[in-house]
Amino acid sequence: MNKKLVVGWFSFTCCEDSTILFTELLNDHYDTWKKLVEFRYLKALKTKNSLEGLDVAFVEGAISSPTQEKRVREIRENAKYVVAVGACAVTGRPSATRNDFVDKDITDKIQWYFDHFDYSKKVLKLDEVIKVDDIIGGCPMDKNIFLSTLEKYLKLFKIISDA
Amino acid sequence: MHSGDITIDDITKVEGSACLSVKVANDQVSDLKFIIKDYRRFYTRAVRGKPALTAPSFLSRICGTCSVAHLFASIEAVEKSQGMAVSEQTKILRRLAYDGLMLRDHALHLYFFVLPDILGVDSILDIPDNVNNLGHQLLHDSFYIKRLGSEITDVVIGAAIHAPYPSVGGFLKLPDPGKFPDLITRLENLRPQILRGIKTFFDWKETLVRNSDYLCLRNDKSYDFLEGEIVNSNGKRVPEEKFPEFLDSVVIPYSESEGYVFSDTHEDYLVGSLARINLNRDLLNPKTVADIKDFLTVFPSNNIYHNNLAQAIEMLHCLDDAVEILKNLKISEEKPVRNSPRAGTGVGVVEAPRGTLYHKAAVDDKGMVADYEVIVPTSQNQINIENDLKKYFNDNLGKDEENLRLEAEKIIRAYDPCMSCATNFLKIDWSRA
Repeated sequence: MNKKLVVGWFSFTCCEDSTILFTELLNDHYDTWKKLVEFRYLKALKTKNSLEGLDVAFVEGAISSPTQEKRVREIRENAKYVVAVGACAVTGRPSATRNDFVDKDITDKIQWYFDHFDYSKKVLKLDEVIKVDDIIGGCPMDKNIFLSTLEKYLKLFKIISDA
Repeated sequence: MHSGDITIDDITKVEGSACLSVKVANDQVSDLKFIIKDYRRFYTRAVRGKPALTAPSFLSRICGTCSVAHLFASIEAVEKSQGMAVSEQTKILRRLAYDGLMLRDHALHLYFFVLPDILGVDSILDIPDNVNNLGHQLLHDSFYIKRLGSEITDVVIGAAIHAPYPSVGGFLKLPDPGKFPDLITRLENLRPQILRGIKTFFDWKETLVRNSDYLCLRNDKSYDFLEGEIVNSNGKRVPEEKFPEFLDSVVIPYSESEGYVFSDTHEDYLVGSLARINLNRDLLNPKTVADIKDFLTVFPSNNIYHNNLAQAIEMLHCLDDAVEILKNLKISEEKPVRNSPRAGTGVGVVEAPRGTLYHKAAVDDKGMVADYEVIVPTSQNQINIENDLKKYFNDNLGKDEENLRLEAEKIIRAYDPCMSCATNFLKIDWSRA
């Protein structure tokens, strides 16, 4: 069996629009990617997932909680390269809009959620938590930059020719 | 038979949106929690003080897969707050775009998430690369369906996700009619594939019957996702503005989302395709009905798995509806309606792919958002999902743990909750007392 690029795809706080766009890209690239890429972690599509030995982790969404921070550090430890995908991962926005709230914005209802779940004080973009090797901006991600980034790693790991 | 507690836990899967916890005592479920775990972004608070004209684009970011539903519900809410009437062309273009949304969104759910359950494989990535294999054919059907759904939205509203052309009052850019003939031809050629999908979901004999209460939008003139009144299976009917009167909000302390029950009976209820087909199937496109008479005989249905069949039927309806619109649509140049700002409140209710979606905008006399509320379908289905799971576990505790886990996921998936919930959301850690 030919070597494949081992990829993980992860979503944190966001609307998951880049995941949806990724599933749209499968309309055209499924047959090719199936030969070249092992999607080892892709909960949008798979029940059986593993973090181990990822070549590239694509991470969508901003980081809203200590639990998410811990998780994304775990991903970093298991991935040779990490790519921030979409506006929320790259800039924090719009998911980080609550960072602009002043006291009067924190209603009792919002405070109830802060008190009952482990929200961080500030929503963070991905590179405020872990080292990020590449970014794919856009809301949703720019599909052409995603395709060129994937191609870059396919070449880097010698899955396809660099010629 | 399990004699002690069972824990189904998803705590370590933070990217997942939901998890399930089940406790068993005396061979019965003593406690079951379906927990939505997406962290809130508080967009309805963040939009306050912002120009109402910009609210729809911002609030479409609530959801990636049904952003068009949030966009259109928000536009409707702001338009009504301003007493703004839009043109018939605007209404028909929104309807056409919505057909595209439904095709893409339903196909994603049915083929990418549910089809592997039917085929007995983990994921679409495990479907054999054999053109004669039915799973392979269905998967590749889905690529065409999704692509055409997206192309309709690309042509009409500029994108399938966070579309740029729709605006309060109309469209910032109108579609190029030169692209309609090709879309018509390709949509008409797609009917056999969608009919193959409908038969597949009809033939899938999974069954879970419990609830019999439903709610959706109904427009007596046509099968409409955007306009109508709210009806429920108890015969109650109210205008969109009174939608909250149907509901009592329920705080679910372990979940990031509140739940809802009917305000009069305090019963849980279901929104989504099953509700729509149960209550509105008399309004489906005649061409659709002509080709699926046998499949419609199962409705009204209380089998939650028939939500999948109902979605497949809606795909054919949307295809036929889109073809009709595209064949008859003549585009006239027009600009979005713009009024001087006024203080007011407006409600927009639409049928999102996964159920009834409510936006309410209060706008001040400067045209700024003073208050905003949203009620989403998955919140409304939350208690129903939990009660279905209680029934399932109580009836099936004799089954092995792996089987229970897979079946529980199938039940949740049948509701088509938002994406990461619908797919592979569980990490199971079983423990017994």
